[in-house]
Amino acid sequence: MAAHQEDVEALVAEREYEAGFVTDLESDTIAPGLNEDVIRFISGKKDEPEWMLEWRLEAYRQWKQMKSPKWPHLHYAPIDYQKISYFSAPKSSAGKPKSLDEVDPKLLETYAKLGIPLHEQEMLAGVEGASYPRSNNVAVDAVFDSVSVATTFKGKLKDAGVIFCSISEAIQEHPELVKKYLGSVVPRGDNFFAGLNAAVFTDGSFVYIPKGVRCPMELSTYFRINAENTGQFERTLIIAEAGSHVSYLEGCTAPQRDENQLHAAVVELVAEDDAEIKYSTVQNWYPGDENGKGGIFNFVTKRGDCRGARSKISWTQVETGSAITWKYPSCILTGDDSVGEFYSVAVTRGMQQADTGTKMIHIGRNSKSTIIAKGISAARGEQAYRGLVKILPSAANARNFTQCDSLLIGDKCGAHTFPYVESRNSTAKLEHEATTSKIGEDQMFYCLQRGLTEEDAVSLIVNGFCKDVFKELPMEFAVEAQKLLDVTLENAVG
Amino acid sequence: MLSIKNLHAEVDGKPILRGINLDIPAGEIHAIMGPNGSGKSTLASVLAGREEYEVTQGSVTYKNHKLLELDPNERACEGVFLGFQYPVEIPGVSNLYLLRAAINARRKYHGEPEIAAIDFMKLVQEKIDYVGMSMDMVKRGVNEDFSGGEKKRNEIFQMLMLEPTLALLDETDSGLDIDALKVVADGINRLRSPERSTVLVTHYKRLLEYVVPDRVHVLYKGQIVRSGGPELADTLEAEGYANLETDETAATS
Ligand SMILES: Nc1ncnc2c1ncn2[C@@H]1O[C@H](COP(=O)(O)OP(=O)(O)OP(=O)(O)O)[C@@H](O)[C@H]1O
Ligand SMILES: [Mg+2]
Repeated sequence: MAAHQEDVEALVAEREYEAGFVTDLESDTIAPGLNEDVIRFISGKKDEPEWMLEWRLEAYRQWKQMKSPKWPHLHYAPIDYQKISYFSAPKSSAGKPKSLDEVDPKLLETYAKLGIPLHEQEMLAGVEGASYPRSNNVAVDAVFDSVSVATTFKGKLKDAGVIFCSISEAIQEHPELVKKYLGSVVPRGDNFFAGLNAAVFTDGSFVYIPKGVRCPMELSTYFRINAENTGQFERTLIIAEAGSHVSYLEGCTAPQRDENQLHAAVVELVAEDDAEIKYSTVQNWYPGDENGKGGIFNFVTKRGDCRGARSKISWTQVETGSAITWKYPSCILTGDDSVGEFYSVAVTRGMQQADTGTKMIHIGRNSKSTIIAKGISAARGEQAYRGLVKILPSAANARNFTQCDSLLIGDKCGAHTFPYVESRNSTAKLEHEATTSKIGEDQMFYCLQRGLTEEDAVSLIVNGFCKDVFKELPMEFAVEAQKLLDVTLENAVG
Repeated sequence: MLSIKNLHAEVDGKPILRGINLDIPAGEIHAIMGPNGSGKSTLASVLAGREEYEVTQGSVTYKNHKLLELDPNERACEGVFLGFQYPVEIPGVSNLYLLRAAINARRKYHGEPEIAAIDFMKLVQEKIDYVGMSMDMVKRGVNEDFSGGEKKRNEIFQMLMLEPTLALLDETDSGLDIDALKVVADGINRLRSPERSTVLVTHYKRLLEYVVPDRVHVLYKGQIVRSGGPELADTLEAEGYANLETDETAATS
């Protein structure tokens, strides 16, 4: 019995991190440290208007009064915020390239290597050898360290009335929209990491879907951390006007380095009446080695506001990377009949730790939420699911269904579930289911007896476990997620 | 086909198989009977390569292989099929997905290309008709929420799909209604051929009326204590296992 369990553990003990390479290029990186001058520098680099700088400085002042949260089920040495560099951009990106021809070939190569083609022509043709082939119906915003280096299909999107650009560009081109919505879902003082982000955010994506428009293609942002000792603080804002629809995906990777790197992002979504936003994440930041050396600290605040009646926001996330993940994509269900969904697969292995979950705040009448969280822990991975379902007195007939399942591979890993429920309306209906299972030796043997290799058997069982979540991902991303999971849990046997 | 010599196996240091000798020529069907806990499932598991059982002595030859040296999946690819006494559920993985992976694993092992989707579906259609399962059912998760009898039917369906050369069926007839029993018997008879062998672990003569075995063996406390023709099943049914103690001393001496 023991022998076999060890085999399964060995299977997942090591893995190759395919995205761990470094792009060698000259970059503009400011010295580590954080003060008002650094914020002025970042704002200046981006030619920001005065109001934006003021907004950042105010955030910084608030942040200085705040303390990093102690409640997560996570263990790490305190972060020295003065040792991080808050801005790094490839030199070649100074004076943002107008077209792809002006983008540094090394950058293009980096994205090609990651399977993220930035040439629209190529995308249409399909790029051979890309590790994660994407369909050609996806527009990409590529963020490299602190700057967006390219955004594809802007023309086609513009024809449909959709704005898809970097947040820096939006601040220049659409200040009225940014002013109106920035910080309206995640206020500057919301939490420690959101405050830090508000002060120093560098780039990220901006999406605006006008009334009644169904976005003609999937939108995606690909975040890449490259520079050393640099934090990435991106900020994404998506606004879906009444009756509009958009599906958005983000992907993330970083080189393999021995130091921990900080990633503190903020994502805000706003859905007006009848609007729908589907937000999918495939997070594959460098997780550190099997002894816990290196890896990304991923502290992220993601929140969507279903402002309008019958609006809908779905978060789907596949989290396989990062040394530490602290992340609770949430929905504020303000509108009557609004719908919030959270589908999550989180994998922790090696020494990875994740404290993740969601918050569903029911305000509107008949608002509905669904939470399906699947946690997979292997090796010495530690994972906590933390979910809050809050029903305010106004939310008559609110409904929530929560299901959290944990799958343990080996017996040195851990899974913990912290569901919080606060209901202040007696007409609300809440259902909660939770299971914890070990990857069954019986299941393994059944598959082996049918002829499958151990690797294929683990992959099959894990994929089955995650099915309810994968089926929520857009087709091509589901394939990508499945492959990623296979790579994550794969290792040559014996 | 299969030759077992002086096989001893234990689990957690506790001996369970205590010197099994058994020869199963190609083309034959052998039944193994015996009281609860005598080691029938253990024998089947050891032959299929389950690692929790440690083989301490003896050897097993299968075709021209030293069976015990092959990994469980290699044994499967060489044509060994175990119909489980308690088939497991694998939530979220459809029966068809598993079967296709199983067929392709065999093909890969033998250096053949993967099965085309259309050929696979044709095969499925043909075999579900034999076992009276519906397409909806085989598209569901592996044994997920199947009744006891449905799980056994599903084992036979898998067997028909994989066409093993050596099928070890561990109480595939237990807990079946009469129709299902006929389906199982029919499935076994369908595969009967000069180049295949089957081992039926069973408690009941009932199955053996539909599938007439070439030999019947009695396993008792980890040893084969008696062997005979199909009529031995009748004797056991009439007398029970009460007289086996004497047989056991006979077998060890
Ligand atoms: N994994 C295990 N750990 C401990 N004991 C085991 C294990 N597997 C089998 N045994 C023991 O070995 C003996 C033989 O079990 P086995 O399942 O082979 O019996 P069986 O002949 O198939 O019985 P049944 O007719 O009830 O199915 C039993 O005493 C059982 O408790
Ligand atoms: Mg048994």
